[in-house]
Amino acid sequence: MKLVRLKAIAWKEFIQIGRDPRSLLLAISIPVFLLLLFGYALTLDVDRIPTVIYDLDRTPRSRDLADHFLRSKYFQLEAVASDYSELQEMLDRGQALMGLVIPANFSRDLELNRDATIQVLMDGTDANTATIALGYASAITLLYSQELLQQKMNRLGAGKISPPIEPRIRIWFNPDLESKNFIVPGLIAVIMAILAAILTSGTISGEWERGTMEQLISTPIHNEELILGKLIPYFAIGMIDLSLSVAMGKFLFSVPLRGSGLLLFSLASLFLLGAICQGVVVSIVTKNQLLSSQISIILSYLPTFILSGFIYPITNMPKLIQFITYVVPGRYFVAILKGIYSKGIGLEILWIEALLLAVYASAMAFWAYQRFKKRID
Amino acid sequence: MKERANLGWAVEIEELVKKFDSFTAVDHVSLKVKGGEIFGFLGPNGAGKSTTIRMLCGILTPTSGNGKVGGFDIYRESEKIKQNIGYMSQKFSLYEDLKVEENLDFYSGIYRLPKEIKDRRKEWALQMAGLKDRRNSLTSTLAGGWKQRLALGCAILHEPSILFLDEPTSGVDPLSRRRFWDLIYEMAGKGVTVFVTTHYMDEAEYCDRLALINQGRIVALGTPAELKTQYMPEAVWELETDHLVDSLRALKESQRFSEVAVFGNALHVVARKGEDLSSFLPSILAGEGIPPKRLEQIEPSLEDVFVSLIEAEDQENEGKNQG
Repeated sequence: MKLVRLKAIAWKEFIQIGRDPRSLLLAISIPVFLLLLFGYALTLDVDRIPTVIYDLDRTPRSRDLADHFLRSKYFQLEAVASDYSELQEMLDRGQALMGLVIPANFSRDLELNRDATIQVLMDGTDANTATIALGYASAITLLYSQELLQQKMNRLGAGKISPPIEPRIRIWFNPDLESKNFIVPGLIAVIMAILAAILTSGTISGEWERGTMEQLISTPIHNEELILGKLIPYFAIGMIDLSLSVAMGKFLFSVPLRGSGLLLFSLASLFLLGAICQGVVVSIVTKNQLLSSQISIILSYLPTFILSGFIYPITNMPKLIQFITYVVPGRYFVAILKGIYSKGIGLEILWIEALLLAVYASAMAFWAYQRFKKRID
Repeated sequence: MKERANLGWAVEIEELVKKFDSFTAVDHVSLKVKGGEIFGFLGPNGAGKSTTIRMLCGILTPTSGNGKVGGFDIYRESEKIKQNIGYMSQKFSLYEDLKVEENLDFYSGIYRLPKEIKDRRKEWALQMAGLKDRRNSLTSTLAGGWKQRLALGCAILHEPSILFLDEPTSGVDPLSRRRFWDLIYEMAGKGVTVFVTTHYMDEAEYCDRLALINQGRIVALGTPAELKTQYMPEAVWELETDHLVDSLRALKESQRFSEVAVFGNALHVVARKGEDLSSFLPSILAGEGIPPKRLEQIEPSLEDVFVSLIEAEDQENEGKNQG
């Protein structure tokens, strides 16, 4: 490999990117746009669930129960229904996600020590949100029952009662359970994947289309000089975008970075290298810019988005899909990002993932080197 | 150190064949090009000119046959060939989004020219292309003739001993074409072998030797003079007359000549070789009351040779297909 040629290729590529406003714009706007979109719009936190209450009992007791729901941050009163069909209509229209029906004999049943019931109607369209909201509803009902029980015991002069088992819960890694704290780190993997796919897809195929490749392969240039020279500018852009994403995470979203920033950047560069080489391979194989960018997106962005555990937990996937995720490099990178960001762990735990990313990067680099032919046929 | 090309035969190919699926683009082509020669490869579009030149440059693998360029084998030593040749592909493949100077810098990097040589060659290329004042212009803003000379400059920065030019002058104005051929002569004068494809007949006249290629096969090979004398199956006569249109009609109606066509202010009459037109043509005209001014056999132009050779071959093929 000759440094002069490597430099000539890399410099030429830098100039071309610099003169192409489209690729520059993409390089800057993709990370910013994705972070803003996902950081603000995509929150998996379930709170302020719009609730409609239909109270047939109309007693201080029933109002007290309703209050318990509305005082928590999880439920927000949308309307008080005057009959059942009104409540039903609000759920139909999606104006409320939950309906709380307090039957007419609610407080009387309580007075008479009979089992009192309330009805909770949940819009199950979004199963995830419904499950979480149901959890909150049950917990609030349980707490209220305990309160009532305590009041009764007090009246009987029995003193304070406590349940036989009390869970003392401490949440690790993301104590406030804020979804941005796990979305932003995972998103870095998605950003790297999509950038690598978009930026590199035209690098070889474009030269075939414009005819400049025919000239280039008639010179004594070597494969490794051409491939490596082309990687350098895209790698540099990728690292700039990584820094931009990390900075936005820190200053805009206040996502805490608990582990080593150096480790984060080193392992991210492995993933980036692999993803860029993968894009180059696609570009070499297709010899067509449009096809190349489409295939690249499908091969790199989609799996990193869906199969990496970025948002959708891998453990919840069907066994077969879980099996497939083992060949998605994004899976290891997302694990690394979440590990370093939230848990502050290092190579002592993440070495397997790091090793697999290194294997991915070198395999793709070798493939690109080996797949490129200085021949038209 | 790069190995210098052997200047015995600059190019030798034997029975070279290239097939794309069932289509034979190059069909058993054999030829030899001497060092320092300007060798023209003449033929209609799709005749196999570019395919041949690409195989010689080591960027297309032949289906069969043998070949050497600068003494290096086109199968096994294509990378050595690439160190010794300059190649200008059909579309002047410069980077349009680079400036003139950046294109030259890029190729001098690719050819690893040392600093002193690089500076000298770059100035030379700018001078040759007439782009000294436009070195900072984007290549995309240059007109065809300049682009073509810049592409030539990029292809010969490293002073190759053999130069392959694939239709270097297509789409370029006549003045630029003329200037370009001056450059080719200059290089040939310095001992560079030039292998050039073209479909311009006037350019073919500038070549030391020519190969006519049609449908992948060489139909004639020799100097322009040899082609005109040996390969022309018929003789061309020039008739000067004051009654051009009437003469044309009369000669055509006589049906005794294979072709009669207006050529400037005279008529070109094509007839069998050895036939003496002066013995009977004037009497045909006399029958129409036209006095002939001047009638003589002339040397056919390359275009005459080319057209009649290809027509003869096409007729032969048709006969075969029908038979």
